[in-house]
Amino acid sequence: MSAEIREREALFSSKNIKLLKNPLSLSNPITVQVLGICSALAVTAKLEPAIVMAISVTLVTAVSNVVISVLRNGIPPRIRIIVQLVVVATLVIVVDQILKAFVYDVSKQLSVFVGLIITNCIIMGRLEAFAMANKPWPSFLDGIGNGLGYGLILIIIAFFRELLGSGSIYGFNLIPESFYELGYKNNGLMILPPMALIVVGVIIWVQRYYTRDLIEKN
Amino acid sequence: MKALRKLLDKQKPHFEKGGRFEKFHTAFDSVETLLFVPDKVTFSGSHIRDSIDMKRTMIVVFISLIPALLFGMWNIGNQHFLSLGQVPELWTAFFYGFLKMLPIIIVSYAVGLGIEIVFAQIKGHEVNEGFFVSGLLIPMIVPPETPLWQVAIAVAFAVVFGKEVFGGTGMNIVNPALTARAFLFFAYPADMSGDKVWIADKLDAYSGATPLGNALVGNFDQIPSTYDMFMGFIPGSNGETSVLMILIGAAILLATGIGNWRIMLSVVVGGIVMGLLFNWWGANQYMELPFYNHLIMGGFAFGAVFMATDPVTATQTKNGMYIYGFLIGAIAILIRVFNPAYPEGVMLSILLMNVFAPLIDHYVIESNIKKRLKRIKVLVSN
Repeated sequence: MSAEIREREALFSSKNIKLLKNPLSLSNPITVQVLGICSALAVTAKLEPAIVMAISVTLVTAVSNVVISVLRNGIPPRIRIIVQLVVVATLVIVVDQILKAFVYDVSKQLSVFVGLIITNCIIMGRLEAFAMANKPWPSFLDGIGNGLGYGLILIIIAFFRELLGSGSIYGFNLIPESFYELGYKNNGLMILPPMALIVVGVIIWVQRYYTRDLIEKN
Repeated sequence: MKALRKLLDKQKPHFEKGGRFEKFHTAFDSVETLLFVPDKVTFSGSHIRDSIDMKRTMIVVFISLIPALLFGMWNIGNQHFLSLGQVPELWTAFFYGFLKMLPIIIVSYAVGLGIEIVFAQIKGHEVNEGFFVSGLLIPMIVPPETPLWQVAIAVAFAVVFGKEVFGGTGMNIVNPALTARAFLFFAYPADMSGDKVWIADKLDAYSGATPLGNALVGNFDQIPSTYDMFMGFIPGSNGETSVLMILIGAAILLATGIGNWRIMLSVVVGGIVMGLLFNWWGANQYMELPFYNHLIMGGFAFGAVFMATDPVTATQTKNGMYIYGFLIGAIAILIRVFNPAYPEGVMLSILLMNVFAPLIDHYVIESNIKKRLKRIKVLVSN
């Protein structure tokens, strides 16, 4: 008995903390692994849908990671993708219904992209790469970490796009009226998806400027 | 001249390594090489240094832009006074346009060169001459009433995201001047299109639509005569209106061998073929517009001569140039006639083909290799 207790890891051991912290910067799903770009372009014109999307993806990633991790020894390898999809699809439907019930406006703005969380590469990637080979608790932390890493980038992009494209933050107008009277105009390009890609590019640029290890060697 | 050289030599030590103004070395170097031919010599092996370096190339392009620039200044003034119902003197009109253009040109150069110098200093190389031409092209392709802060933002965007992120002059994928124009077009559409922006300070009652604007909404009877459009007595951006002045520029470029005749010719051929195709099709009034009018409306001529021929972003192989130019001309007319959101298609078609240029080159080279391999096989089997 006593031997078993000694082998047990602490809940927040340094290894587990790393699972939570690494996806925020060093192995960020968007800026380093370049996954989930599609939804990052689609839902970041305003801050509110971006935050809701970030929370939804974090929840789905974390819970599906735990479920798959619990089932991992019982899943026949040949049909594992189907099992994973069933789990993710169930969770996405739950999230979709919750959004429709409580934040209907945002749910309408996100439209098809909530349903498309199913196809988000980050979730399937974590299930395949992590949950299938690890215990539930580390899987949960990994899911939360990756969801937050994705959400962090989403929120940064949405912040700049909403500020420069619509002159507001979370729906509150920040640019004073006198600016507009002087001739200032909101930047229409910021609202278009191509600019989201350029903002992602700038984030990647800044990140690699400060973390030189990430720069690929030619 | 000698006094200038002496002055520069006297200041030079301050800007070299260890000097007081070491940080401003790039700025000093760019001024020095602009004024004098660099006295650099090669040290190893035998080389011949041609005097036609990038700086001379850029100067020739700059000179070839001058006729269109000066005419454009006069035309801005002329259109302004005509809209007020007056017929201005030559110099009144020119001076008015000059005062409209000067701030835009100054802002364009100040912002662009400022960013270039900062990047050159950080990366530790010299300021390239690339922006010398782009800095003049940008004011020539924006409406005369463009707010200066918009010009500044567009130039900054174009220099950083069109050029410096790819590694500076000579490494860019898309034309920086057109990047600036495209940025303005999508970011501030109200100031970049429509009937209000093409004549400076016009009366509200006066229609300021460009020929393309009229064609788009179906006012075909209001399109100016072919002669007026060729000479450039029409509203529009500074550089694009006068086909005559652009042809003078083209002649300078071709005579000095700086501009590429293959690209210019194939852009025009592409436009003519597409125009004739539409004439023959004739499904609506826009398609029936005579094909030669397409060539002198909007920015077609300016794009063909000064934008499509940009040696960095165009194709490099000879056969590739024909394909590249032809597609620019054809797609430009296609966008004009078919897409109601974009009255002018030249900018978009050149940017699109800029992106495809390396691909075209790749396949031209591949086909060359295949052809030669076949020739060898025939020789060997004999």
